[in-house]
Amino acid sequence: MTGEIGLFALILAFAVALFQGTVPLVGAARNDAALMAVSDVSSVVLCALVTVAIVMLGHGYVTSDFSLLNVWQNSHTLKPLLYKVSGVWGNHEGSLVLWVLILAIYGAALAVFGRQVPPALRARALAIQGLIAAGFLAFSLFTSNPFARIVPIPAEGMGLNPILQDPGLAFHPPCLYMGYVGLSVAFSFGIAGLLGKEVDATWARLARPWVLLAWCFLTAGIALGSWWAYYELGWGGWWFWDPVENASFIPWLIATALLHSLRVAEKRDTLKAWTLLLCITGFSLSLLGTFLVRSGAITSVHTFASDPARGIFILAFLAVVTGGAFALFAVRAPRIRAEGLFEPVSREGALLLNNVFFGAAAATVLLGTLYPIFMEVAGSPPVSVGPPYYNSVFLPLAMPALVLAALGPAIPWRRADLPGVLHRMRFAAACALGVVVLTAFLHRDPGPLALAGYGLAAFLAAGTLRNWLTRLRPGLDLARVLRRARGLPASAHGMALAHLGVAVMVVGVTASSTGRVDLEQVMHPGDTLSLAGRTIEFLGVENIEGPNYTALQGRFLVTGPGAHTSMLWPERRAYLASGTATTEAAILETFAGDIYVVLGDPVADGGWGTRLTFNPLIWWIWGGAFLGVLGGAVSIAERARPRRARLRSPAAQPA
Amino acid sequence: MKAVPGVIGILLLLPALASHARAAEDSDARVRALAEELRCVVCQNQSLLDSDADLAKDMRALIRERVDAGDTDEAIVAFLVERYGDFILLQPPFKPATWILWLGPLAFLVLALALARTRLRRARVSRARTDDPDAP
Repeated sequence: MTGEIGLFALILAFAVALFQGTVPLVGAARNDAALMAVSDVSSVVLCALVTVAIVMLGHGYVTSDFSLLNVWQNSHTLKPLLYKVSGVWGNHEGSLVLWVLILAIYGAALAVFGRQVPPALRARALAIQGLIAAGFLAFSLFTSNPFARIVPIPAEGMGLNPILQDPGLAFHPPCLYMGYVGLSVAFSFGIAGLLGKEVDATWARLARPWVLLAWCFLTAGIALGSWWAYYELGWGGWWFWDPVENASFIPWLIATALLHSLRVAEKRDTLKAWTLLLCITGFSLSLLGTFLVRSGAITSVHTFASDPARGIFILAFLAVVTGGAFALFAVRAPRIRAEGLFEPVSREGALLLNNVFFGAAAATVLLGTLYPIFMEVAGSPPVSVGPPYYNSVFLPLAMPALVLAALGPAIPWRRADLPGVLHRMRFAAACALGVVVLTAFLHRDPGPLALAGYGLAAFLAAGTLRNWLTRLRPGLDLARVLRRARGLPASAHGMALAHLGVAVMVVGVTASSTGRVDLEQVMHPGDTLSLAGRTIEFLGVENIEGPNYTALQGRFLVTGPGAHTSMLWPERRAYLASGTATTEAAILETFAGDIYVVLGDPVADGGWGTRLTFNPLIWWIWGGAFLGVLGGAVSIAERARPRRARLRSPAAQPA
Repeated sequence: MKAVPGVIGILLLLPALASHARAAEDSDARVRALAEELRCVVCQNQSLLDSDADLAKDMRALIRERVDAGDTDEAIVAFLVERYGDFILLQPPFKPATWILWLGPLAFLVLALALARTRLRRARVSRARTDDPDAP
């Protein structure tokens, strides 16, 4: 019964989405307030209906209702409750429902919290959201029904890929989707602005918090995913340039470019066509990513061909959405007037250059991701495009962007003198030079990448701090500093935090990739070795039983520094339901870095293969990402403050 | 654009720097470096170094044998490419089939710089003539 309620809710939602995607557009064209206002109501109704659908699907999972095909294929009675719930979106059909739910949540949020958005703009934006939702609901209903039934009802489910049974999976996809799908709001704002010919500084100011919100979730989602890969996949790496990872990274690059160009549009009422292009591109790439991941085209063109209905549907949808958006852009964008003038050496110029690097980086990652597919379609011998390729083409684009991130905030708007800017950067340059010299002396084997990485991170951190502190003018009078900090726009703090986050991340990336120590050998119980100033003793292996798996658990005693000891228990698990095996690394997190232990195969003479890795400062990568998200969140607050002020004293703010 | 020569300089410099970093002497490090650049042919997007598959273990052992036998890195890679094709190289070789792949990033950068340049120029030119059409 619950399945039918869910399906019915989805069908109703489809009808509501079609309504929402058309009527408000007519209303906005005729300037009919009543027709425009339906967009708000229908957004909330749509959100409620999709919520009902996902709750019904969740009910099926929690109660192990194996009459639902989807539940039977992806769940198991022995699975812990958390993974039963996360199993809802751990598969194609369920993740689509989650996709639509998040889309609907954004729509409802825009309807409820977007009161300061002019009615016509809001109605059009919500209509675009409705059309996107209709497209995805049709995709779900016609090709990927999550509520399909099976007869006879199986007694037991087929389980869930054990590698996906992890707290990381419970939170990573929803978070990532919040980012991915959040870019739809930027897209809808862009299309609505183009339709209504109202792309100006106000438009940019209204769009910005939504882009920031999506960016924060996308950043957090990607960081969670990389953290999950680091501790779950057992290879000790944190980024693999995997096509699925790239599918989320490409929109992130565009979203980051968009954040920066929106700043120009908002402050100086220029670069608007450019900004619109990024709005459209960002979400189009989200859709492309969804297509690549969902259709299976990434693994192989052949998997795609085995179930062409899904792939063709989403490809057609992608073509309609993207093609339509770009056509509208081509027609309307030439009429957008750029107001603010600026010289090449100016904040605007720096932000434009930022867009150049991020745009080129996004195109590069896209090329690398799609190239193997092109080759396969063309019938050429297959090629692999792996991390070495990305490292050699991505770093040259990333490094100048880091320099720019340090310089940009020190450059005034409109027009700047380059000598003055460079003069302001001398402290940062001195810090960078000091760090490079220090690295050269202290590092065991300072390759050029270590020197460049630490140097750039120091330049960025010092430049950002100097710029921030100059604006705060700290002194002994703390109250005054605090007052001044509150007087600054929140985005000044947000930007500083985010750029510091980038610097912290660059340190983590540099340290873990250039200073990593790997020890791979057979160990017998009682063997010891030393790693990163610690003594590690292998005590042996025991059999243990988990809730739905059995495991071999290695025991490692880590001693040091001094008399401090800790235990590490890496595991090799065998999952009962699926018969698959996974490797669970054990990680000792210390300030200096992670000691990462993986248990390998037994050897004939009673020894065990082991892999012990020291990853210096690797947690700085996620620490940096956290600072970035924090910075984004702080910047959103800036928008909230004047809005509240306006609500309190409407008379004080003339329209 | 004054930045162009500098950017191109950095572009040309970096791959050289990266390959320098790989020049390791001892055989463990050589096996590791080789395995990192080669693909596990039965896995999805994993290097030989990272993979736990049996075939990957065998191939790591094979690489070690060759390294111990005194083969050069180039000879080992050439041997494996002959057996498995370019597919095994995580860094695709530079040849006609991959020209677009390797030159694409540079083309993107040049294109984006050119776009930005016309935009910059308009932001200055339109100072004099405000009726300048504002194309993207």
